[in-house]
Amino acid sequence: MNKAFDAVIIGGGILGVSTAYELARAGMKNICVLERKYLASGSTGRCGGGFRQQWSTEANTTLAMASVKRLEGLEEELGYRTEFFQGGYLILAHTEEEEQQFAKNVAMQRSLGLEVNMVDPAEARKIVPFLNTELIRKATWCPKDGHINPFLLTQGYANAAKRLGVEIQLWTNVTGIMKKSNIFFVMTENGNTYQTPLLFNCAGGFSKGIGQMLNVDIPVDPYRHEILVTEPVERLWDPMVISFSVGLYARQEMSGGMVMGMGDPNEPVGTYVGSSMHFMYEMSQRFTRLFPKLDKLRIVRQWAGLYEMTADAQPILGPVDEVDNFIQASGFSGHGLMLAPAVSQLLAKYVIKGEKCPEIDSLNVKRLYNLKNVEKEKSVV
Amino acid sequence: MKIICRCQDVTEDEIIAAIRQGATTIDEIRRLVRAGMGSCQGRTCRRLVAQIISRELKTPPAEIYPPTFRPPNRPVAFELINAELERHSSENGEKE
Repeated sequence: MNKAFDAVIIGGGILGVSTAYELARAGMKNICVLERKYLASGSTGRCGGGFRQQWSTEANTTLAMASVKRLEGLEEELGYRTEFFQGGYLILAHTEEEEQQFAKNVAMQRSLGLEVNMVDPAEARKIVPFLNTELIRKATWCPKDGHINPFLLTQGYANAAKRLGVEIQLWTNVTGIMKKSNIFFVMTENGNTYQTPLLFNCAGGFSKGIGQMLNVDIPVDPYRHEILVTEPVERLWDPMVISFSVGLYARQEMSGGMVMGMGDPNEPVGTYVGSSMHFMYEMSQRFTRLFPKLDKLRIVRQWAGLYEMTADAQPILGPVDEVDNFIQASGFSGHGLMLAPAVSQLLAKYVIKGEKCPEIDSLNVKRLYNLKNVEKEKSVV
Repeated sequence: MKIICRCQDVTEDEIIAAIRQGATTIDEIRRLVRAGMGSCQGRTCRRLVAQIISRELKTPPAEIYPPTFRPPNRPVAFELINAELERHSSENGEKE
């Protein structure tokens, strides 16, 4: 089978479907999304589900603020319940160094118009009860951050995109891409070929491989990130709590389960997403250190997903020099869900109206080819 | 009204609604309507869900994509895991 489209998007995660929806909404016809398994089966469906605007770089903060603004009216627009909930984000500072860095972050964020404050341990404990305040010096608090259900957000975007005529092909693994006289030929495992003049790489942990198919270097390395959920309990707190020093994030789902995950600096590069006993031990230790009274909570499931890391922990957006009309939206370094609502809009504007914006320019893949003048995002768990 | 997932109170109608949105696997249904996300992790309902998919989409049960199994086998408290870790390290410490 050989089919022609005006745009083909590789990846059925949040970036793929939101971009498809924004393109269709801006009037583009004949869009196709290719997904190797089912919707949100990669990083999107395995993530912690938080959205925050508290970042250390201006590019990330600006994008995240635009995203939250977009999310605020999105349930209504998509006609789909997404469990969007602005319960806030509380970020804990344990050391003097962190306190100084956070003060800088807050000043930068406030200059961009974000409602964010430094709070002392007593106040932090009012926001998140059970918190072991002995471990913390200060915390930063933004009440307009929050969390959302990643499956429902992806499905909501996908349903709305389908209503606008977007085709979504599930179980369609891309195995090769060829470009000939301005047309991409995207070949898949089931023997089909998709032709298009405009190709998007939204393949998350697999975007480096998609780039290689066209001889474009997309320096994104996937790392496993493990996460677990407890049985549902009554409402404990509303926000997402993060600590970079202890190395964890935790939030309570709408259905009551506590979801928590952590980064492991010893994790090797790779797309393996199995579960480990090491994580179970380590996560229990860290969580009960921070919340000693919650040690009777019972874990019902652990799983893992991929953080697709770039050298500066910021995404790769927009065109590449080597191949025209090959648009990137990858390398989100664990924060694709929360940046997608804004990024998808910017990309749609960029390809349809040719509108440039500073975020797309500054997050071009070129910056990663010369690593000397890279400003690294520090607020990553 | 038939309850399919007893841990999360998910009805047959909700599962059929998820299938109408394009779900064809047990994992997709779990993610959309939470069938199998409770404390038994789908031990009771995953066969029932598979039967409903098979019936609605007219696919043989053997062709339905299998769900992912993840630890722990039963709900387990943080304090038990911490105690286990302590026991491990004290036993290893004695050997050394």
